[in-house]
Amino acid sequence: MGTAGLVLSGCTVPSFGASPGDTTSSRSVFHLWQGFSIGAAIIGGLVVVLVLWAVLRYRRRSERIPDQHQYHIPLELTYTIVPILIVIGLFAATMVVETKEVANPHTNVTIDVNAFQWGWKFTYPGSNAVVVGQTTQTPTMVMPVDTNVHINLTSSDVVHGFYVKAFNFSRYALPGVLNQFTLRAVSTGTFFGQCTQLCGLYHSLMWFDVKVVTPSQYQTWLASFHGTAAAAAAAAASAAVRQQTSSITPTKPATSRGAN
Amino acid sequence: MVDVLERPATRNEPPPEAHGPTGLLKWLTTTDHKVIGLSYTVTAVIMMVIGGAFAEIIRAQLATPNGTLVSLAQFNELFTMHGSVMIYLFAGPFAFGALANIIVPIQIGAPDMAFPRLNALSYWLYLTGSITMLSGFFTAGGAANFGWVGYAPLSNSLNTPGAGADLWIGGLLLTGFSAIFTGVNLVATIFYLRAPGMTMFRMPIFTWNMLVTAILILLAFPVLTAGLIMLYADRHFGTHIFSVAGGGVPVLWQHIFWFWGHPEVYILALPFFGMVTEIIAVFSRKPVFGYKGMVFATISIAALSLGVWAHHMFTTGVVLLPFFSAMSLLIAVPTGIKIFNWIGTMWRGEVWFSTAMMMSLGFLVTFLIGGLTGVYLASPPLDFFTHDTYFVVAHFHSVVMALVMAAMAGLYYWGPKITGYLLNEKIGRVQFWFLFVGTQVFTLPLYLVGLRGMPRRMAVYPHDPQWQFLNDLSSVGAVLIGISTLLFVANLVYSWKKYPAGANPWDGQTLEWFTTSPPPHHNFYRLPPIRSERPTWDYNHPEHRALPHGRRNGDGA
Amino acid sequence: MKVEARFLLGLGLFFGVVGLIYWLWSGEDAGGVMLGAAMLLGFLPGGYYLYWSRRMTPRPEDDPEATPATGAGVVGAFPSTSIWPFTLGMGAFVTVLALVFGIWLLVPGLSLVVWALLGAVAESRRGGHV
Ligand code: HEM
Ligand SMILES: [Cu+2]
Ligand SMILES: [Cu+2]
Repeated sequence: MGTAGLVLSGCTVPSFGASPGDTTSSRSVFHLWQGFSIGAAIIGGLVVVLVLWAVLRYRRRSERIPDQHQYHIPLELTYTIVPILIVIGLFAATMVVETKEVANPHTNVTIDVNAFQWGWKFTYPGSNAVVVGQTTQTPTMVMPVDTNVHINLTSSDVVHGFYVKAFNFSRYALPGVLNQFTLRAVSTGTFFGQCTQLCGLYHSLMWFDVKVVTPSQYQTWLASFHGTAAAAAAAAASAAVRQQTSSITPTKPATSRGAN
Repeated sequence: MVDVLERPATRNEPPPEAHGPTGLLKWLTTTDHKVIGLSYTVTAVIMMVIGGAFAEIIRAQLATPNGTLVSLAQFNELFTMHGSVMIYLFAGPFAFGALANIIVPIQIGAPDMAFPRLNALSYWLYLTGSITMLSGFFTAGGAANFGWVGYAPLSNSLNTPGAGADLWIGGLLLTGFSAIFTGVNLVATIFYLRAPGMTMFRMPIFTWNMLVTAILILLAFPVLTAGLIMLYADRHFGTHIFSVAGGGVPVLWQHIFWFWGHPEVYILALPFFGMVTEIIAVFSRKPVFGYKGMVFATISIAALSLGVWAHHMFTTGVVLLPFFSAMSLLIAVPTGIKIFNWIGTMWRGEVWFSTAMMMSLGFLVTFLIGGLTGVYLASPPLDFFTHDTYFVVAHFHSVVMALVMAAMAGLYYWGPKITGYLLNEKIGRVQFWFLFVGTQVFTLPLYLVGLRGMPRRMAVYPHDPQWQFLNDLSSVGAVLIGISTLLFVANLVYSWKKYPAGANPWDGQTLEWFTTSPPPHHNFYRLPPIRSERPTWDYNHPEHRALPHGRRNGDGA
Repeated sequence: MKVEARFLLGLGLFFGVVGLIYWLWSGEDAGGVMLGAAMLLGFLPGGYYLYWSRRMTPRPEDDPEATPATGAGVVGAFPSTSIWPFTLGMGAFVTVLALVFGIWLLVPGLSLVVWALLGAVAESRRGGHV
């Protein structure tokens, strides 16, 4: 189908309200979006034209009773088979993007993200770095550019949603489940993130920032936590945070045998 | 009292007068499907107005980024109860309790529903369930506030203690049983009470859709009821079905909820598809184009709808993405067939723009928008990107507002059959334009604000005031929709007993237009021969029966 | 009756096949169980109808040539009014309120339910036709 080609060469096509975003995945998602939008515009346009034609051309002018046609098998088959083909095309394009997006290539950079009512805690295994913040304190998750960053996402109480608009991506933070995915930012900058899954009273204010920096800045930033002062401050901050069930160790969900 | 009913053959005299109590006692004791259906209709419309009022408050709060009309806590209650009232107490009961209850028995030439007392019980459970759920507002802790989906563990007793949540569960148990009983009743009626000659493939599309809806109810609602009982047990009996601490699985709630929840979408939609199908045919003066294809499309939608539930759970990261994505995309095919059949029905017809027809056309266009954006959401990468943002809110409001238009079409079309009086067509058309334009002004900006990153269920959005303009536009649309609702009420008052309808005001095609408006106590005192799915039309226009493929009128039979 | 039977059996078959594919592929049990139950809901009544459709004389509503006169005669006994559905509904209401406001409400709630059930059954007896 045409969509596959569009996925590859989508840049001169209109954006249809979305934007390419700042990760490799967000870009391919954006192209998929454009492909779907073109399909939707064509089909939607066709239907609207047909409806308008039908109601305007055949509007009632007399008491005539029209021919009572009821079946036209070839026509009916056409509008069964063509949509099936379109759907197969959409599914194929989806699978191409999805496979890349949910893949977890090997990497050295890992961030443990823990969502809680009503804030975020970003822990950097292998270093002292910890960032915690509640509601409008807006904690910042720092990550290096052009590097695969592995995220281990979980929640210590209810379901939350980890959503960064600039990444065209979201994933639930589920209690008892370790959700793993990989982000690869393509340029530096600070991006806004927010909890998207209703989690109680301060859900509207559960904000965070993602700051994408160069790898060397990232190393410097990590190193800054070796200083005891900073580490102590971080520890104090995390102690102040209300965490009801942090003793629970996340595991793969019990109902799932190998679904991704 | 029990009436033993004889099937009338060709008697011409009116049936014996209806007997029995009148007034309040009549309402409390009736088992007449028409009276019950009317009670359902009135109750459901009141629920729509209540849910609409909540929506207007939500939109007023969101008109500015730092709205202070309601508190954060009240906002959570408002959207929870808006969604709950609209889905559980308006759309569902309206779809399968209101018009279906009245029309299905008449369309198949039955004297009543198969189990009239069960039917009455359904209504009482629905009414008391609605009262139960809404009474949460009068408890100390306020109404339920965990969203209409009640995700665990937010809905457990730790995170949402308080009577409001329990009243929500209790209300759902009552309305759930009400739905199940209605489902049983519809299936039994359609299988056992059809008139002679009314074979399955001569049933009007509306009846077919109600049959399929009833089966879906029987498949889906018991699952919800079971889930609610588990939720209640977790809250009060110390079980840990949905809580990690005791070894439970929170995602299990989502599986159960959406195993009911997605079929529910079609339980809401199929009845309205049916209404629109009939209306388009009647106001084009043609038979439904591709009748058999339409029936199979309906059945395939229903069948597929049971296998797509986890498209609401793509971002959980623990569901089988390709399976649910493929099944969800496939549903677009039978839905598309329906749309093309509707166009085919109008094609070369004589299209009359009555209010009912305009509402149906409004449905068609609005539903097209909702359907096309639904296809995006069936693709996991696109869903990751839009899930729980206003894009989704916009998508399902395109769908549900289309259903509201179809409901209005149904009321304008079948209302006269029940009351005996037509509504004013001029007010009706003005109402249509407010509703149609209002819907687009309300939903289209929400798609955009969702794409720009605004999550749903936000009481405030100070962090990005850029979203304000689109929100304001949407609020204007909500006001237009509100005006259209007021116009509808005004029309009811204005047209009260003004325009007698007669038996068949629209040159209808199906059996309900053969009997008087309103129909006598047990619906018919004579029946026409039934030789197609349009017995009334065949009777009135014997020379214009439906043509086989390739023939024209006058070719000879 | 044949069409009704095939309709339900067809749905059951579909849910069976989809359920099996889903369960084997995903290994997720909840959905597998629910689809299995859906299959049964197609097969049980569908099988029943199939059984009877082979044994009964065709009904007028299954006969495309039937005239209104073919079906004349007793359709059934229909209660025209009854207070019991309302009573039962109120009983269920009070019973559910017991979930929220206290277990003691079960006493009036269940009493109403039992009373209504007995009343409804007695009513059918008296009618003599049901
Ligand atoms: C006057 C027309 C309506 C307006 C202005 C309106 C407005 C809204 C708004 C603004 C929200 C988003 C709340 C939020 O996420 O913060 C919402 C949510 C919702 N609406 Fe409506 N709505 C209308 C009609 C309907 C109808 C007819 C239905 C269903 C039949 C419906 C079902 C829902 C549902 C299920 C939700 C989700 C609630 C939740 O997030 O838990 N709405 N509505
Ligand atoms: Cu949240
Ligand atoms: Cu769904």
